[in-house]
Amino acid sequence: MALFELATNGIGVLSLSCPDGRFPSVAARHPPALRLERTIRDLFGLEAEGLTDIRPWLDHGGWGVRHPLGGRIDAIPERTPYPFLPAEGESLHQIPVGPVHAGIIEPGHFRFTANGETVVRLEERLGYVHKGVEGLMAGADIATAARLAGRISGDSTVAYAVAFARAVEAAAAVEVPTRAVHLRALMAELERLANHFGDIGAVCNDAAFALMQAHCGVLRERVLRAADACFGHRLMRDRVVPGGVAADLDEAGRGQLRDLLDRIRRRFPELVDLYDNTPSLQDRTVSTGVLAPALARHYAAGGHVGRASGRAFDARRTPGYPPYDGLRFDVPVLEAGDVNARVWIRIREVEQSLGLVDQLLADLPAGPLAVELPCMAGEGMALVEAFRGDVLVWLRLDPDGRVARCHLRDASWFQWPLLEAAIEGCIVADFPLCNKSFNCSYSGHDL
Amino acid sequence: MTCEDPPMRKILFTGLLRPPLTEPAPRPDDGALAELGRQLDRAARRRLGRSLAIRQVDAGSCNGCELEIHALSNAFYDVERFGIHFVASPRHADVLMVTGPVTKSMREALERTYAATPAPKWVVAVGDCGVDGGCFAGSYAVVGGVSAVVPVDLHIRGCPPSPTALLQGLLALLEQASASSAARP
Ligand code: SF4
Repeated sequence: MALFELATNGIGVLSLSCPDGRFPSVAARHPPALRLERTIRDLFGLEAEGLTDIRPWLDHGGWGVRHPLGGRIDAIPERTPYPFLPAEGESLHQIPVGPVHAGIIEPGHFRFTANGETVVRLEERLGYVHKGVEGLMAGADIATAARLAGRISGDSTVAYAVAFARAVEAAAAVEVPTRAVHLRALMAELERLANHFGDIGAVCNDAAFALMQAHCGVLRERVLRAADACFGHRLMRDRVVPGGVAADLDEAGRGQLRDLLDRIRRRFPELVDLYDNTPSLQDRTVSTGVLAPALARHYAAGGHVGRASGRAFDARRTPGYPPYDGLRFDVPVLEAGDVNARVWIRIREVEQSLGLVDQLLADLPAGPLAVELPCMAGEGMALVEAFRGDVLVWLRLDPDGRVARCHLRDASWFQWPLLEAAIEGCIVADFPLCNKSFNCSYSGHDL
Repeated sequence: MTCEDPPMRKILFTGLLRPPLTEPAPRPDDGALAELGRQLDRAARRRLGRSLAIRQVDAGSCNGCELEIHALSNAFYDVERFGIHFVASPRHADVLMVTGPVTKSMREALERTYAATPAPKWVVAVGDCGVDGGCFAGSYAVVGGVSAVVPVDLHIRGCPPSPTALLQGLLALLEQASASSAARP
């Protein structure tokens, strides 16, 4: 278990062996750990003593095996009905949504209990896209595991690749060349830009304002094309590898990225102006889906979800990692906690990322792109800021340099439960808007 | 929407003066044309004409494929100009576009979506995962490949396939459909 203390910025990792298959529940005292402990039960068969909710979480009964990462018991695939939490009161009705949704989005189930139009309770049921990645990683060589890490959540492939690489490098105690460190950050900021443009457009589209989406979609496409031209892949997948990077940036590429920045700087301000001065849009986003700062703190919500609700946490700053410790950028924070605030955080972060790309391009150190990794046992952990929040990767390497165990935790784990809280009291029709403003990852959560 | 808002008026107006971003259509993919060799029957030809209604189903993707499927609708690719559009219900669809290695927890949802799509229907599996499970093959939690669950007419490979590759595959499907349609007695 990894712990973080805000007051001192201290990070600790606790290990507890559970010879009798039990451990004291953290969730019994600290609810944010609830779904993680239900998952530990599903995957390892370890019991959290004192856990109040013992319904399965990721295990929907179809795997043909129970406790796949622990004692592995063969099981007959069977789908048992999932008991949703009750909501009692007069004239309540339930609306089941998913797992297949109406748009081009990932699958998950949402169970709304509503009173007329007003949401009384939303309960999520996730796990539909569980692919068993941690099972595939156990025993895999580092290159295979790195490819898997880059496919945990496609929109954050660079961030995951960086987090995985940094964890391996910590375990193997190697230093990565500074050119690689800079190129990683460059790719990470391009990924952030592309996603933020996509999200800003999509939130507005869910508020029935398609014009913003059309223009933001163009900016997003321009970023992806520049990424493709510079690094050979639109999402820059598999370009960050343990030990360094697998793609270099030449002078032509630098020029292309400078052009990209110019274009964005010319077009983005008028889009921000459009967002800010369209009352019909503001009418939908302001005061909708409010997440209280106290809850954001309690759940240590990362990314725009936390920062729109007063939590000034950004892994690039705390604990921080190179090259960000040598770069200038602000971490925007707002207090309102509504859809509008989450949009504004993204807008401000776009501006910060542009500044970061500037600095990275201006000062790209020369040198090698990667170092050889030694074959050795070790344990490593890394925390990296993806566009939606902090990604944590912990792993242990075998003496032959293979991955013994690896755990990857998306920021979504602590954002999904907060969506349930933010939608309470809103009308059902505002759900797509709220959901998009959070934009949690299904795949990153389900693993 | 209030058209008096200056920022919107400005954007709409300057939009009129700029050249369109939409690019010429790519050539239909030859490999896809070969894979689609199956002769379309008459009912199918009548129904399809020159339009495709697509229902996308994420059967366990990493969401990378979805990003590029989304990009098909941006101003550069503008998929709707070919009569291709995405619909919200399988009941309105000609084509199911399936991504992911098909997780065991999505298997039933995929089967039911397929059953809910009226015939004639086509299944396009998108991404390397959809071929055989890709890098997730062999996991306890995935079936491994879309064709293990529903019959697949066309595979569009890539991780993820670029919007151009997606478009080439879809145009091959359209071309096939309208070629047989022209040959109609
Ligand atoms: S093919 Fe690649 S991008 Fe598509 S879902 Fe699979 S891993 Fe993700």
